[in-house]
Amino acid sequence: MKLRIVVTLKNGVLDPQGKAIQHALGSLGFDGVSDVRAGKIFELEVADSTSDKAIDSMCSKLLANTVIENYRIERI
Amino acid sequence: MKTAVIVFPGSNCDRDMAVALEQVTGKASAMVWHGDSTLPDNLDLIALPGGFSYGDYLRCGAIAGRSPVMQAVVEAAERGVPVLGVCNGFQVLTETGLLPGALMRNRDLDFICRDVPMIVENSQSVFTSGYRQGQEITIPVAHHDGNYFADSETLNMLESEGRVAFRYSDSINGSARNIAGILNMRGNVLGMMPHPERRIEDAHGGSDGRVLFEGLLAAIA
Repeated sequence: MKLRIVVTLKNGVLDPQGKAIQHALGSLGFDGVSDVRAGKIFELEVADSTSDKAIDSMCSKLLANTVIENYRIERI
Repeated sequence: MKTAVIVFPGSNCDRDMAVALEQVTGKASAMVWHGDSTLPDNLDLIALPGGFSYGDYLRCGAIAGRSPVMQAVVEAAERGVPVLGVCNGFQVLTETGLLPGALMRNRDLDFICRDVPMIVENSQSVFTSGYRQGQEITIPVAHHDGNYFADSETLNMLESEGRVAFRYSDSINGSARNIAGILNMRGNVLGMMPHPERRIEDAHGGSDGRVLFEGLLAAIA
């Protein structure tokens, strides 16, 4: 089974990297980009028998730092 | 005083830390590899050094925080053994949950490597007893990810419990409330971005960092 884990910064957490990307888009002449938030995507190949609980633990224990990040699990 | 320095792949301040500890305590530190699952007995201090453990992959300190030796470090910390995390070591401590919050990319995205003035906010801890309350000291920082973040509830708790150990005199990296170093609730775990081991003799430009190790030695002896 293939999983895609999307990790994004929580609302309210400042994202200096996203801000830099937003400025760079502006420099390229793309007007009207009011915000950019950078995140991460992980694609995992796991055994079909892997439980939902185990997948959730992978995210909360390692792939995301839940102090600053949210995660979303997609089955693909 | 019996000390250990934990060495991760990518640590680069482990030897500096060991030299500082040996100069102050007169005894060589045990160098403990990240893959070990046990620590030497009867340690008086465990130091997590600066560097780029595991190449800062995933997040700074994230992989190191889950390495075999960290389980032993967490257990030792829970028994009350003093644990000092400097720079990447601070990041590892937040990733293991021994300290609250997280260290994020510096506000201006730059790597900051210079001497910075900071205030000793708590001179009562085992790590900071050599300083005067409110003393301004100068210690170098060298980091890309030293922007301390925690929610306002956690920040208020840290402040009200006297757990902010050091605060930058000026904002350098966007750190919440200019926090440079924090203690755990029990006071035996200190994480700090500045490098005290790089300021232990006149040849370093001063010895404000040495005071931390001397205070620790005096508090433990």
